[in-house]
Amino acid sequence: MTPFVDIAFLILSFFIMATKFKPPEPVEITTPGSVLSQKLPENNAVMISIDSSNKVYFSVLSENAPEKYTTIINGINTSQNLGLSPAQIANFRKTFMVGVPFSGLKELLSTDAKDQPKLNQPGIPVLDTLNNQLFWWIRESKSAFAGEKLNYLIKGDGKSKYPVFEAVISALKRNEEFKYNLVTALDDIPSGTELYIKERAGEKDLKK
Amino acid sequence: MASIDTGGGDGGHKKGPGVKKAKKLSTRVDMTPMVDLGFLLITFFVFTATMSTPTTLDLNMPKDIKDQKEQTEVKESSVLSIMLGKNDQIYYYEGKLTESGDNFKQTTFKGIRDIIINKKKEVISRYVTDPECEAKAKAEGKPISNCADKDFVVIIKPSPEATYKNTVDILDEMTINQVRTYAMVKIFDQEFELIKATEAGGGIK
Repeated sequence: MTPFVDIAFLILSFFIMATKFKPPEPVEITTPGSVLSQKLPENNAVMISIDSSNKVYFSVLSENAPEKYTTIINGINTSQNLGLSPAQIANFRKTFMVGVPFSGLKELLSTDAKDQPKLNQPGIPVLDTLNNQLFWWIRESKSAFAGEKLNYLIKGDGKSKYPVFEAVISALKRNEEFKYNLVTALDDIPSGTELYIKERAGEKDLKK
Repeated sequence: MASIDTGGGDGGHKKGPGVKKAKKLSTRVDMTPMVDLGFLLITFFVFTATMSTPTTLDLNMPKDIKDQKEQTEVKESSVLSIMLGKNDQIYYYEGKLTESGDNFKQTTFKGIRDIIINKKKEVISRYVTDPECEAKAKAEGKPISNCADKDFVVIIKPSPEATYKNTVDILDEMTINQVRTYAMVKIFDQEFELIKATEAGGGIK
């Protein structure tokens, strides 16, 4: 039995070391599948999440450059005249997702990051074309990451409706951004299709 | 291990009477609980490690062009318009939608793949050798076959009732079938009316 146990513990230690825990997300989002196996960027990205009840959330992914968080929230604070306190601004760094209109931002940022998932966030207003607040979030992120590559991740729940997605796209378009990454789960390539044949032939470039 | 002579003890020389032989204790430890726990942890980590592998799908949107002159013109005969309705239903038509709407058809996500493949084949079969395009493809190191289907365009029009999953699935279908040119545009009122009429007729809620 000894070799057997040895191997078992070897596997165990491998998995313990290889596993990276994701931070708990305040909203549950089940992404649809796609056949593309591109990796998700973890830095220099903003993530726009749409949950199953069509609420829109905004989050910044910038672990390598934490000062960007401050730049973005300061920009929002100034452009929207929110009058946030320095403590509230500092709390934005820990806030995992923003899903409130500007009027509710003060309350969200006054809440400790641990208790934020308990708040019932109404989502960022996007459907009203005159008051598409996501536009401002993207604008500030864009200026904070000026000169660097910024990825726009859209993570939508499979059940969310198309008009919300369209409103998110229009907020990005208004910022002159036309390239997005949709977050998906990995699906198998259906056999017999053109892509399947191409993959088998060893052609790696899936794009045009 | 019990049979292994650990030395010492009753080797060669005899001990005198009254000298008791020290009781040999077993060096074995019961490993079962440890192994149980080990496997429990393995299962846990195996599951958590493979459960979350998010990937991304690229989406490029065109700029909104106001000027009619700048818009890309496509050959009517090689266009496939796909509309996404509610309840995972797909509606499509080839070329231009007729006044009466008789080329407006309904299908599902299972059926759309064959429709795309057939349309693509049809467009390729009508291809007349374009030396300019082929020379360009050669210069860029791309296969000449790219020219044959350059006219093939799929227009995706999700209706307000379509889900995000439908949208991603149809974009995925473009990758699966290697459709090089596709666009996502707003649905026309006439088309949405037709979808509603079909839904009412087919009893789709």
